[in-house]
Amino acid sequence: MFGLSKADTRLFLIVIGLTLFAPFILNPFPEGSELAQFNAGYPDLMQRFLIFGIFAIGFNILFGLTGYLSFGHAAFLGVGSYAGVWMFKLLGMNVLPAILLSMLVAGLFSVLVGYISLRRSGIYFSILTLAFAQMSFSLAYSVLTPITGGETGLQLSANDPRIFGQSITDAGTIPVPSLFGLEMRDSFQLDVGAWLFTFNAGYYLCAVFMVLAFYLSIRIFRSPFGMMLRAVKSNQQRMTYTGLNPKPYTLAAFVISGMYAGLAGGLMVAMDPLAGAERMFWTASGEVVLMAILGGVGTLIGPVLGAGFIKYMENIVSKINDNILHQWFSFLPDGLEDVVVAIIYPFIGKGWHLTLGIMFMLVVIFLPGGLVEGGQRIGGWIGRRFGKGGSSAEAAAKPDAKSSPAE
Amino acid sequence: MSKLDLGRRRVLKTGAIAGAGLAMPTIFTAQSAAAYTNEPTGSSVVLGFNVPQTGPYADEGLDELRAYELAVEHLNGEGDGGMMNTFSSKALKGNGILGKKVEYVTGDTQTKSDAARASAKSMIEKDGAVMITGGSSSGVAVAVQALCQDAGVIFMAGLTHANDTTGKDKRANGFRHFFNSYMSGAALAPVLANQYGTDRNAYYLTADYNWGYTTEEAISSATEAMGWNTVQKVLTPLAATDFSSYIAPVLNSDADVLVLVHYGGNMVNSLTNAVQFGLRDRVVNGKNFEIVVPLYSELMARGAGKNIAGIFGSQNWDWKFQDEGSKAFVQSFGTKYGFPPSQAAHTCYVQTLLYADAVERAGTFNPCGVVEALEGFEFDGMGNGPTLYRAEDHQCFKDVVVVKGKENPENEFDLVEQVEITPVEQVTYAPDHPQFAGGSLGACNPGA
Amino acid sequence: MDAFILQILNGLDKGSAYALIALGLTLIFGTLGVVNFAHGALFMLGAFCAVVLSRILSIAHVTVDPTRTDFLGNPLKVSTPYVHEWFGPEAGQTLIEWSVPLAILFSIPIMVAVGFAMERGLIKYFYKRPHADQILVTFGLAIVLQEVIKYFFGANPIPTPAPDALVGSFDFGALLGFDPGTIIYPYWRLIYFMFAAAVIAAVFAFLQFTTFGMVVRAGMADRETVGLLGINIDRRFTIMFAIAACVAGMAGVMYTPINSPNYHMGMDFLVLSFVVVVVGGMGSLPGAVFAGFLLGVLESFASMPAITTVIPGINQVIIYLVAIVILLTRPRGLMGRKGVMEE
Repeated sequence: MFGLSKADTRLFLIVIGLTLFAPFILNPFPEGSELAQFNAGYPDLMQRFLIFGIFAIGFNILFGLTGYLSFGHAAFLGVGSYAGVWMFKLLGMNVLPAILLSMLVAGLFSVLVGYISLRRSGIYFSILTLAFAQMSFSLAYSVLTPITGGETGLQLSANDPRIFGQSITDAGTIPVPSLFGLEMRDSFQLDVGAWLFTFNAGYYLCAVFMVLAFYLSIRIFRSPFGMMLRAVKSNQQRMTYTGLNPKPYTLAAFVISGMYAGLAGGLMVAMDPLAGAERMFWTASGEVVLMAILGGVGTLIGPVLGAGFIKYMENIVSKINDNILHQWFSFLPDGLEDVVVAIIYPFIGKGWHLTLGIMFMLVVIFLPGGLVEGGQRIGGWIGRRFGKGGSSAEAAAKPDAKSSPAE
Repeated sequence: MSKLDLGRRRVLKTGAIAGAGLAMPTIFTAQSAAAYTNEPTGSSVVLGFNVPQTGPYADEGLDELRAYELAVEHLNGEGDGGMMNTFSSKALKGNGILGKKVEYVTGDTQTKSDAARASAKSMIEKDGAVMITGGSSSGVAVAVQALCQDAGVIFMAGLTHANDTTGKDKRANGFRHFFNSYMSGAALAPVLANQYGTDRNAYYLTADYNWGYTTEEAISSATEAMGWNTVQKVLTPLAATDFSSYIAPVLNSDADVLVLVHYGGNMVNSLTNAVQFGLRDRVVNGKNFEIVVPLYSELMARGAGKNIAGIFGSQNWDWKFQDEGSKAFVQSFGTKYGFPPSQAAHTCYVQTLLYADAVERAGTFNPCGVVEALEGFEFDGMGNGPTLYRAEDHQCFKDVVVVKGKENPENEFDLVEQVEITPVEQVTYAPDHPQFAGGSLGACNPGA
Repeated sequence: MDAFILQILNGLDKGSAYALIALGLTLIFGTLGVVNFAHGALFMLGAFCAVVLSRILSIAHVTVDPTRTDFLGNPLKVSTPYVHEWFGPEAGQTLIEWSVPLAILFSIPIMVAVGFAMERGLIKYFYKRPHADQILVTFGLAIVLQEVIKYFFGANPIPTPAPDALVGSFDFGALLGFDPGTIIYPYWRLIYFMFAAAVIAAVFAFLQFTTFGMVVRAGMADRETVGLLGINIDRRFTIMFAIAACVAGMAGVMYTPINSPNYHMGMDFLVLSFVVVVVGGMGSLPGAVFAGFLLGVLESFASMPAITTVIPGINQVIIYLVAIVILLTRPRGLMGRKGVMEE
């Protein structure tokens, strides 16, 4: 189906299913229960999962296949976001032109950066990309403030021209991003007993793009072009000796992954029309590297898992405070409750970075192949236990995960 | 959240397919019954406290969080009531807000506008917060304020000092109690002219981002009006940690005053470096060289240690104020936490009480009602003397305190001494003042 | 002219911090082949050794003075450091004041132990792993170290001044015949520069003139052959890791009077020091040191008002711009070896 092999089709269908039913899957705990804190099924976070998933998939096309470790990928995301917001300011609030322009601008910028940076390889390449991204960030934060909004970020205002839309709505507010009238923040809520599920228009737009992006990534991985990129990684010299010039292939991969980043940036502003300079800071570039490694470099689904993991930590764990902890453990005797809370407290809320750091270390120490390998092990264990092949998403990703993590 | 037919049909379909797979019975609710975003229907109301918990401003954020927890206690009728006893409006009864118990959620802004918005959105979408407050930088305040405007909830700004928050980027749903760059300039300039004379050459080192720009402009135009001369304005990168290469050129200029338009870690480092280079001991044009820091904060002063001795700056509030409101607040904060509150904690505490009071007076949580109740509201007993929430720009107008770093601090909290309380008339400006031009409040947005 | 000289001094001073960190990074990288993202955190740990020592020296016993009250109206608690009681108030105060120089001695065993534990307990298992895994695990470790420090010391910078005797500045202007007061430079920054120069010289001498150093250099060039010669190269590399950690730690201790330490100071240096290492050329110790000073000096010049008024924002990007130019004109940085980290 879809021109994919059987295993790939299965993986693809699973991804479609997961994105489609995410509002259910991510909200497993009843509203109002103590564990509702862990629910992630609200529009903003679900959108973020997909957007950063797209970003990581794109990054993986470059890093996972060619082994070129870009340390400045966030710059493309940032440039894309700025382009998107400018479209909202100048043209109108339809998201499609904004997303298209985001991809286009990010693509052009990545041609420039890629053309220069790809003259070097290894860590020299990484530092070149880092340098470009850091320059973009510094300038956007300071001297380019008239174009980028600087510290505050670029945001819409009631004075924007918006030639094909209104500057200001009849109600006196700034219009919101929409797809031919369908507002991105429109939601439908479904009450099922104690559960509350939210279906958000913006989320499903992201889902469409994410599924397409994932499909394209499978096709690239399985294509002759993908083969070439793997050849670049395994032995560039040999490739040159056979008369092939690796440069156009790597540049193409670089630009494709830059456009993925631009798409992510465009979707980000379509969901929330503000572009901050921090999304180009080196930590943001580092984050996507970590997402890819954490999930499993070179695997199809790994980077998406890594992205979900990091965003979940950032948005859920950081919001648990001592007050909530005390509620959770209120069934314990007073003294014991305080002890338990005191032990857990450093790891949540303001300590979420600590938990993140520990998780990075644990995953990389015990699961060299990233989260995907964790999934395989569980799948394998279930398979052995019940005497059947694991049918989980991770198992489907298995043949692919064998390609060893990249340098 | 608004509901359009197209959107609804589309998701209805998805919902129906999904729902079919689940155990029945299923109840479909259209939430359009609500009159405004996150209308509290139960016995409690949720407020969102969005402060930096990681990154360089984490300590300031934690102090804000302490103040919020204290405010919630007082609103719910626990503790000694703090400023509720001294507040001129007596609408609050200590039984929550409109009889609903106050609950809160916390989030981490990371001092990044993106992360702050993500955190605020999760409070609005997931936790049903009806008001967002907090923050420790103007970039974050402006970004979250715009978000709250779009979402239809009230934003009560925390520590934000740039003019833009209630100037170019003001929003109808946003309110600021903290003072701003213009007020710092207007309060500092006369004191500086008085102390250092009107014939001074000032050299500016300015943080290269929005807050730096507006503060530099405010201070330089206010001091130039007093007769000072601006020698040079130099922008320094936010990421700079060692300011030696910016301080050194000061030695070769004929400047006799250095104005450090820096905040947080930047300020700690630039001031430390300036003192290292012996600027305090210099004599230029027959005058002692002086350093000025427009915006003081207790945590910065603590970080800079002895270097702040004798250096002038401005503050929104200081815990050593002797009015009844301040004393009550310091007493209850100090009793609970063991040390005095910072000005960030004060402004956050006051903002929470002001919001609760406005809801109580309006009789509704509807943002439009709250906006109406806060606009033009005059109050007293909150630590800054008689204060006005101006309707035109949602900025509080109150006295500003000019302080000076203490020479011999008695303990680690006793860092500054008050030099002068600048009366409110002197720091008031017209709503269309050029430093605040270019924005409009728009209409209040109740969302839903 | 005087402005020029001042900026060279500033550049050398900034450069010494870069060079010290880059030197340690290159030592670890060149010997163990490990990309250590936790190196900045080691620098930060060193700085906090100074904070801890000054806290230890300031440990006080608390007496209640009923005649005075604190801000809440309770009787005031007065704390007197034990060292004041043991050595008399003056000698005791001097001891506390000198905590930063003393912390050098204090930090050496601690940093060696930290380095040793880190290499044996963690890094050892990552020699054969891809660089990406090394980056992830050391970055995770850096976050953990940083957050632990934040948990105990808060996020705010902690003032750790130099001893009073070393505060103040030296007037080069008078020495060189300029007007007095035009070229002055703080004593502590001069000390920092000389300290850095001494440490760098010591590391080079150690590698160049000792048998141990010779073996390590041989191991850097061809680890397998040295191993085949029956030399326990791993053990020596562990020691090199400890030395590198120690260099970073001492750099951190000495840096505290220049800028008050905070928990994220290591991250602030991390990216810059990687740029320095790469511009110097992977695997080259002289390259790292030279690039450190070069970038420090260029950064200082770029921040002069005369230059920023002509090209606004140049001070924001100068380091990265120089890095790009150098890497495009010299493929392996200034002194890089062929084939190192190029695949």
